[in-house]
Amino acid sequence: MSLSRRAIWKGCFVDTFLSKIKNNKELLANKKIWSRRSTILPEFVGTTMRIYNGKTHVRCKITEGKVGHKFGEFSFTRKRTRRPQTK
Amino acid sequence: MAHSIGTPVLPSVSLISNSKPYLPTSLFLPVPTIQKVGGLSIKCARVGGVEIPNNKRVEYSLQYIHGIGRTRAKQILVDLQMDNKLTKDLSEEDLTTLRDEVSKYMIEGDLRRFNALNIRRLKEIQCYRGVRHIQGLPCRGQRTKNNCRTLKGKKVAIAGKKKAPR
Repeated sequence: MSLSRRAIWKGCFVDTFLSKIKNNKELLANKKIWSRRSTILPEFVGTTMRIYNGKTHVRCKITEGKVGHKFGEFSFTRKRTRRPQTK
Repeated sequence: MAHSIGTPVLPSVSLISNSKPYLPTSLFLPVPTIQKVGGLSIKCARVGGVEIPNNKRVEYSLQYIHGIGRTRAKQILVDLQMDNKLTKDLSEEDLTTLRDEVSKYMIEGDLRRFNALNIRRLKEIQCYRGVRHIQGLPCRGQRTKNNCRTLKGKKVAIAGKKKAPR
């Protein structure tokens, strides 16, 4: 999509604290996550995370299809705008 | 736009009524087919399934194929070391080589299906881009205060919105 992408030899970006506990399922379960910039790793599949959106933590179940995306993509930071329904 | 993505055109579906029997195994029908439109006969070559580039230069007529743009059309000619002739002047051999070269790329129905599947995947996992697709808004961070008319459609007047006083 973008013109220049991240070099492959660097691997996916994941914050260090997450990569340390990535194999520990117990710690991961229902963990509150502020690091929206981290990539979702295949190790996270099957767990439920609570991702911060600047205000609250949004619950998100990590499935197979979400691997490779960032955490932030799954908790929206803005309220959905609604047009006033006045006539 | 969203509607056209939803119904991908099959490469086998041909709009031209062909007198020859339809062979499901061969993608490429014999060329050149002569099409009769109201007494006018249009001679056209078929490259990559349904495409009908007519009497333009090859570089430009190739661009009528979905999935081949300016860069790729030029690249194909460079790869084949072919002159940029008018399409009708192409010999049978040229056309077969051209067809082989074009079939290397993902074009037409396959490409449309591939794109539609990707968008559907984004929608299913409910990520930001998928949600923007559902909402019919741009998903690459453009501003939506104004413009974005391609996605949002025609302007709708909002009731009760006052015009600025002069």
